[in-house]
Amino acid sequence: MSAQLAESTLDPARAVLDDILPAGEPWMKEVKRGQILRMVDLEGNQAVDTIFYSAVDPGERYSLTHTIQAQGALYLGVGSVLMSSEGRPLLTIVADTCGRHDTLGGACASESNTVRYALEKRFMHSCRDNYLLAIAYDGHGLNKRDVVSNVNFFMNVPVTPEGGLTFEDGISAPGKYVELRAEMDLIVLISNCPQLNNPCNAYNPTPVRCLVWDPV
Amino acid sequence: MDATLDKLTSLARAGMPEHSARFAQDKVLWEELIPGGAHWSGLLRRGNTLRITDLHGGANVAMLLYHQEEKTERYNMPDTLKAQHTAFLTRGHVCYSDMGRVLCSIPEDTCGWHDTICGALDAAGLEKKYGTARFQEHRNGMYRNAVDGLLVEIGKWGLGKRDMVANLNLFSKVAADAEGRLHFETAHRAPGQHIDLRFEMNVLVAFSTAPHPLDPSPSYNPQAIKLTAWRSGTAGADDVCRLSCPENHRGLANTERYFL
Repeated sequence: MSAQLAESTLDPARAVLDDILPAGEPWMKEVKRGQILRMVDLEGNQAVDTIFYSAVDPGERYSLTHTIQAQGALYLGVGSVLMSSEGRPLLTIVADTCGRHDTLGGACASESNTVRYALEKRFMHSCRDNYLLAIAYDGHGLNKRDVVSNVNFFMNVPVTPEGGLTFEDGISAPGKYVELRAEMDLIVLISNCPQLNNPCNAYNPTPVRCLVWDPV
Repeated sequence: MDATLDKLTSLARAGMPEHSARFAQDKVLWEELIPGGAHWSGLLRRGNTLRITDLHGGANVAMLLYHQEEKTERYNMPDTLKAQHTAFLTRGHVCYSDMGRVLCSIPEDTCGWHDTICGALDAAGLEKKYGTARFQEHRNGMYRNAVDGLLVEIGKWGLGKRDMVANLNLFSKVAADAEGRLHFETAHRAPGQHIDLRFEMNVLVAFSTAPHPLDPSPSYNPQAIKLTAWRSGTAGADDVCRLSCPENHRGLANTERYFL
């Protein structure tokens, strides 16, 4: 599962949405059932911290534990089905030129930065700041309770058989992409990670590109 | 030694004991036996320890932790794992909230591996593995799943589905191979193993003793545990959890500051 690659034949000229997300910014948009969402790691080793919610009932959201249980494995790749907190498929990874994506590492926050790096790091920009700001302006009624553990596209967090966990330099590279088919109407909440303290994005946050295609 | 301790004022240092107490019978506050498949919740106060004993060597305890004073502050699995560079929990680790504080620490553990990445067994998963055993026919021998048990318990405190996050699975070991495939392991288990959860904050604890979601056993046979609450004090200056990594120095400093 982790090393399998699959390219896409979709033409960016036919995408119904084509956004560039600068480093460190949130992005919150709806994607309809059957649409294809592609994320492109434009400059390589960027972490795209993403939570998915059902557009019908945002109380139903991405669940890393349901996803891990369903596939009996930790890493996400082609064929992985991202599961909801109600045990239903949210999206399926249908193309991937990176090979492995993380869902254990969570999203950075002011508070976790004080623990991981130094108490003085509290004032650095973080993914959970992005999440809270995006949902504060969004009309779906989400709040901190809904900021749950996410997927980290293009991020490499290997777990050893002895139970060690490390943040490794990514296995992604400029132009690598992952493509997902929405299995229900979704709200997609992304923080294009601003972390400057670890190799999850090679200490250099960079832009990513998000494209959406209608069902073929 | 991390520089964090050097920066503390004398009053802040005074809030940290030199040592936490060792377990002794005269420090026990209460005890309770919990059958397999049951659910429980309660408030564990800062400075008290909950010793959880796997009586028969086969229990699973699917547990969630919330800060009592602000329950949107809750156990955060990714923050816990990445701060301590581990994919499981044992002696020397702490359980972090999403706010950079230590809800509880693990100064003692005779089991050696507690899962926190596999989540809880839900109703569909239980029926698929074990079939159905309703109250109508089985009375309190009915099959119970961990998700529903947790929802009942957190519901008693005004919480619901939106408050459900990745949980602990005490006494269950699940290891990953090089490809990330997960394997449930039992070789290390023995009757009487225990883990101490020492509470560094006032914490709402909810758990279910239903089976682990990846337990391959084809029969529903959840095992009993014993709870022993005892007065330990909080993490001392010499504590194994504080000293295990600089991250925990800082996490405990954040926690102690909250109570100054």
